Amino acid sequence: MRHSIVLFILLVAAWLLWSGHREPMLLALGALSCLGVTALAARMRVSRYEDPYLFALRTVTYLPWLTWEIVKAAVDVSKLVVARDLSLSPRIIRVPASQSTEIGQVVYANSITLTPGTISLDLRDGHILVHALTREAAEGVLTGDMDRRVTALEDRA
Amino acid sequence: MWIDVLTWMLLATGAVFSIIGAAGILRFPDFYTRTHAAGITDTMGAGPILLGLMLQAGKLAYAADWSVDSVLVIGKLAMVGAFILLTSPTAGHALFKAAFAAGVKIETDDQGVQRFDGEGGDDVPG
Repeated sequence: MRHSIVLFILLVAAWLLWSGHREPMLLALGALSCLGVTALAARMRVSRYEDPYLFALRTVTYLPWLTWEIVKAAVDVSKLVVARDLSLSPRIIRVPASQSTEIGQVVYANSITLTPGTISLDLRDGHILVHALTREAAEGVLTGDMDRRVTALEDRA
Repeated sequence: MWIDVLTWMLLATGAVFSIIGAAGILRFPDFYTRTHAAGITDTMGAGPILLGLMLQAGKLAYAADWSVDSVLVIGKLAMVGAFILLTSPTAGHALFKAAFAAGVKIETDDQGVQRFDGEGGDDVPG
């Protein structure tokens, strides 16, 4: 219930900010759609995650690091594209996802995919199957650096 | 003035990476490697372009004396970026998984799956 209330308030705030409308008719429609989304989220039990707020707050330090990783990786893949000879060494690797929550695993898998040169294929038994464009890209994931940083976003029980 | 210079640099960076991404899609050999190339446009293509546009929106907001509506434009551009960060990996993953499920062969340099935990392995699923 607490989650639903917070979600509803956030949705209304977002609706007001992005739409910029203040007519009663549109406000009512906006409130209605926010209510609908809140009901859907409750039905999907999005709120089964214990405490998403602290998690979201901790990404403040994670995001700049991830951005820099993305820039470096994008430059690496770009070099492969413009190189005279294509020197790809695609491979599939299996890396552990040490996160204890679903949201943590999703953030880790999404971060891997967001970094050019690596894409997560599957998540099962606490491991992520990753398709890497080159040996170097694979080794980057295998260091487990990103894994540790995402795990650090979770609550330390 | 310096904001315009910075904007141009960001827009040019985004454009260059977008072109490189497109070239990669054409140049890379198979479905999976091409998806990697497309990933460049999602991040280094869209990112700098959105940043450049946010700078320009900031300039306009400054001219409009930071009125609510003009500041909101910056926020909206930031949200576009946030949504791209959430949706593009999801789409890339869905594409990959769909191709994988449909049996598109994955060319690899080595055989099977390398395991990080040292268990050795040949358990490529599918």
